[in-house]
Parts: sequence; C-alpha cells; structure tokens
Amino acid sequence: MTTLTNSPTIIENFDLYAPKLVSKEEFFSAGHRACQGCAEALAIRLMCKALGRDTVITNATGCMEVISSLYPTTAWKLPWIHVAFPCAAAVGSGVEAGLTALRRKGKIPDKRVKSVAIGGDGGTMDIGFQALSGAMERGHDMLYVCFDNEAYMNTGIQRSSGTPFLASTTTSPAGKKIPGNQVWKKNVMEIMVAHNIPYVATASPAYPIDFMNKVKKAREVKGSAYIHCLVTCPTGWRSPSETSIQLGRLAYETGVFPIYEVEDGKYRFTMPVPEKRRPVADYLKGQGRFRHVTPDQIKAIQERVDIEWEMLKIKIASSKSRAEIREQVKS
Amino acid sequence: MGKRIGIEVAIAAAEAAALCRFEVAAVYPITPQSHVAEHLSDIVNDGRVDASFITVEGEHSALSAAIGASGTGARVITATSSQGLLYMSEVMPIASGMRVPIVMIVANRAVSSPINIWNDHSDIMPMRDTGWITFFSENGQEAVDMVIQAYKVAEHRDVMLPVDVMMDGFQLTHMVEPLFMPDQEEVDRFLPPYVPYATLHPDNPVSMGTLAMPDIFAEAQKSKDAALVNSLTVIKEVWKEWEELFGRKYEPVQTYLTEDADVAMVTMGSMGETAEVAVDELRRQGIKAGLIKIKLWRPFPFEDLKKAVKGIRVVAVMDRAVSFGGPGGPVFSEIRSALYDEPARPAVVNFIIGLGGRDIQVVDFVDMMKKAAAGKLAEPYEFYGVRG
Repeated sequence: MTTLTNSPTIIENFDLYAPKLVSKEEFFSAGHRACQGCAEALAIRLMCKALGRDTVITNATGCMEVISSLYPTTAWKLPWIHVAFPCAAAVGSGVEAGLTALRRKGKIPDKRVKSVAIGGDGGTMDIGFQALSGAMERGHDMLYVCFDNEAYMNTGIQRSSGTPFLASTTTSPAGKKIPGNQVWKKNVMEIMVAHNIPYVATASPAYPIDFMNKVKKAREVKGSAYIHCLVTCPTGWRSPSETSIQLGRLAYETGVFPIYEVEDGKYRFTMPVPEKRRPVADYLKGQGRFRHVTPDQIKAIQERVDIEWEMLKIKIASSKSRAEIREQVKS
Repeated sequence: MGKRIGIEVAIAAAEAAALCRFEVAAVYPITPQSHVAEHLSDIVNDGRVDASFITVEGEHSALSAAIGASGTGARVITATSSQGLLYMSEVMPIASGMRVPIVMIVANRAVSSPINIWNDHSDIMPMRDTGWITFFSENGQEAVDMVIQAYKVAEHRDVMLPVDVMMDGFQLTHMVEPLFMPDQEEVDRFLPPYVPYATLHPDNPVSMGTLAMPDIFAEAQKSKDAALVNSLTVIKEVWKEWEELFGRKYEPVQTYLTEDADVAMVTMGSMGETAEVAVDELRRQGIKAGLIKIKLWRPFPFEDLKKAVKGIRVVAVMDRAVSFGGPGGPVFSEIRSALYDEPARPAVVNFIIGLGGRDIQVVDFVDMMKKAAAGKLAEPYEFYGVRG
C-alpha cells in the first residue's frame, strides 16, 4: 500500500515535509569521524531518531565504533556498548535480560527500554551469525539492524558473505583469471524469516521515511525483529561521495535490493513497486567495484535479479500472516 | 551459622550463587560444569531467585550476554569448563577491561586434543593474562564460600573486576560432600546489593567499550593491572570478614607444617587435600615435609609466597597443566620467578601430574617428595609417572 509518508514523490520534497515527520532530536551527534557520504552514519542517525531516547544500543565491531567512540569522545547520546566483532546480538540479549530483571525488581524506572543491536554485514552475516541466530531464536525483546555495505570495510574492503556477485574487493579482486567475487550474496532475509520472528524488513537510508517507519514498527514489536539496511560505502564501492543516496535508490529501482517487510509471516512491498524496473547496468556503472564486469556478466546478474524479483513477487502475492492462517485453520 | 548438609558440589556452587541473589544467568552447558547450568535453571524456573536465565547458544555468547547484562547493573553469574572457557577467551579480557563484576564458576577440565573430559588445569592456565581475579577452591566448602566471596570482591568499588572460581571437574563437581550452606540472612548481611558505578540506561547515557588510540591504550592497560594488583588488599579484607562471620579462614597462600619443613610441595585445587595426607605420612617417616596451597592465582600473592617458603631447602611445584615448549608448568615458572630475587631461595623443582584426570594418590606425593628431597630430578621438569 502506498502511503503519503513513503511515496517517492514526497521524498523528493523531503526538506519541506521532514520537519513535520521527523524528530529534530539528535542521538547520534555530529562530529563523528565517518567518511564523506557514509550512508551507514546517516542511517544510524535516522534509526536513532526513530527509536527515541528509551533505547540501549549494542554495537558490533566495525566502522561505527571506530568513527563514533574514539576515547575520550563519543557520538552517542543513547547508552551504548561495544564488546567484540562476533557478539553484538549476544550482548544485546544480555542487555535485554538485565533491563528486564532490574525493571521487574523495581531497581530501575518502570518503563520499556528497547535493546537494539547493530552490526555490519560481516558482524551480522558472517562472524556474528551464530549469536544473531541464537538471539532471534530465543525471542529476546530486541531489534537487530544490519547495516550492509557489502564487505568488511574498515579493515580494508575485504569480501564478506554480503558481497555481491563479481564485486571486486581486496580478497576477491578482479584479477586476470577470476573477475571478482565468485558467489552470490547470502540471502540473510530468508534465514531471518525462517526464524519465525514477528518482524523482518529491508530498508535503505535512500528512503528515510520508509526506514524510520520500519524502525518504529520493529521497536513496538514484543519480541525479536530484524531490519536489513543497505548502506552505500563510497570508499568500498569506489563511488563518489555525493552519489550515496542515488545508488541507494538505484539499488531499489533496479530490483537489486527490493524494499519489503515480512510481518507475522506475510510479505509486503513497502514502497510503490516500479512498473518497469531499471536495468541493473544503471546501478552497476556508477561503482568502481563493478568496473571490470563484461556485458555478458551484466546479463547474468540481470537474469539472477529478475528471478529473485519474481520469486519475491510470488511470496508477496501468496503469503499470509500467521494470524490469517490461524483463522483459516479454525474454520 | 548455616546448616551442615550432604550435597553435590556443583549443585552447592549454584546454590551459593542463588544465595547471592543473582539477577541474570547466561550459561551454556559443558561437562563437567553441566550440573551447575542445570541447577541454576532449576533455581530460576522454580522462582527461588528473581532472575532471567539466558539459554545462550554457546560460551562466546554466554560471556558476551553476561557483559551486556552486567552493563545494565544486574548481578550476573556464568559458568563453564575446558573448551567452553577457551571459546570465551576472546571475551574474557573485554570483561575485565570493561570492569564488569561478573562471577564465573569454572569446572576445570583438560583441553583437546586428544579430547578428554576429566580434570586438570589446562583450561584456566591460558586465561592467566586476561585480567580476571582467579580463586582456586580445594573442596566443596571452599567452592561454595568462594562463589559468595567472589561477588563481594568483584563489586568492591576499588576492584570492579570479574572473578572466576575454580573447582576441579569431577574431583569436586561431582562429589557429594558434607558442607555448611550459609543461611540467606547471613549472606545478605555479608553481601549488600550491587551498586554499579555506571549503567546502560537512557536516564543517564554512557558509552562502554569505546575505542582507544595508542595515546591512551597503555594507560588503560596499566589501570587494569593496578586494579588487579590492588585487589589483593580487598581480597584479604573480604576473607578476614568471612572468617569473622563464618569461622572459616581463607588465605592467598595457605601453609601446612611449613615452619620447620625441609621440603615442601606447592599445590592448587583439590589435590591439596591428598597432599596434606602425604605430608603426614612423610612426617611419620621422619621427613620434614610441608605443604603450600595457592588459593589465589591472580593477583599472584608474591609476598605471602615468599613468607611461606622461608627456611625451606627444596620446593616441589605440582602443576596440573603443561606450558608446551616452556620452562616447566605455569605454576612452577611463576613461583621460580617470584623467588629469583630472594637472597636465600630454595631449590624449586617441578612435577607435572594429574593430567586429564590421571589419579594422584598419597603414595605418588610421597614418592615425588622423596625424589625432590634427594635432588633426583633428571629433567628441569618431570611428567610424573608417565610411560615412555
């Protein structure tokens, strides 16, 4: 369903509408050390606005703690903890359990404080994957947000399981014999859906209202929620800083990164579906990491994207929520 | 003054944590720690303690969750053993660096390979330098007492460090022993509720676990070291208070018949009790034997050790772990190094014994002591009783 707040035409006039729609309060402050055009820093700023004050953030190791927590400074106006690369979801579980126990015993004020764990694609889809699966399976009242910039960026642009097919990274370089990453990006969304958690969604800071609405929705969920947010990394993608939002939109308009949600098992597009998707070449050409790809390879990528898109459309057309199925089973 | 009961030690240790009114437990089961994990679950699910139990998916997450929970200001318990402790090793220095007062029960067990589920100290020895206060219990009573003492030490404002309590796997964990279980009232009197220094709460936001550049990292490490070294004073105070309340005396280095001893053994953990019987036997045979038991492994009680070895000619250190390719067992190198500057230092020899649950009997200690007294060690360290 198209709503006023997630219509792309409205987003064109963001400056005009944003003050009415978005909190002016900043919880992720200016003065951090992110690169120019870092879509992840922007996404985190938006996420924090949507979450509001009653939040505790657990951060996996990655760009974010490097750019935001350099002692003795901090960019975080929310309580924030960083432990290690693989354990954000586990630490977030502990935060949730600790807050719950202390609140139950009356040791802290009786208000709902949301535990939110964040990590990059490496901390989420690779090294922290076990902890994420464990936390989601246990159903902690926790939101996990993966900020996917499609490689291990702060250690020097090495491939992760979030890296797209044929992307050139420092451990999957476009060599003379092997042209970049040889496998397709891991479909972590489907794995999260398979955990039967109440809310799973994809998002992008290129569509800030849609993203913030999802964060708000996930915050209200009692139980585990997962949001997969695609964030442009100008350094790793070899793209000009000023094109970060443009690339985020192209990822959506080409179907490379569909924006949708799975609520109680029911799939739904949350953005107006483009009648005709743009060719993936439009998305690839602005990025140095795909500089080497041949027309045949672009064709292969296009075919894969088309198939994935159709599969997603089938799920959206046919899926039902658990609540709907419960009614169906009863009657 | 508590009640004397017969109880399995692993269960008693979990009961001790319950007496401390833990608020979050994050535990992954592993033999021979499992009874601790199971009993903590029983305690939570029966509502005997108002706590959350996190059934984590592995030890790495157990300690990670423990840090998160402790960060919120909750009193936290975890427990592990062997491979589980090694799996936690990445997170251990983070806990101590972040100064979260977590208490962990370790059921000591050998590490792979070959895989072996029985007791030795090869799991805790690689954790020596992770910045945790480390207690070694000798029997069930000490395991129970040390769990309670651990919280008081860990949460002391001058310390604020995690504490791990060792109890030998099977030798202690699976034994039913007669011991005094303190009353809830007594423990409440001894251990006040945890008042954290800073917590993860939006009413007063703080950042924990931030990034330190080279200009401050060394200072952070120095302050952690200072906290650990200075914790010795607090540990002694807490043990003194324990003695006054419960009548059971704890010392970092406990001695048995060392005043006039010619030769002495050094032990850690459950072998101390067998060694005590061996000392009696040696004395009956006219050999002036003594025994030194290390109860506090970190911070290492250097001064107490130096005092304990005064006048002794030969000290035989019994190590239950190997430092492969090193100068001898880890306890041995620690003790030899501690005594290096002493003007009148004893000869220090090393036996590596009891690996992977290998039985150590009174006759073995008697034999080793006689060998040590006669200066008959062929190698700098000897794998005692090992074939080939």
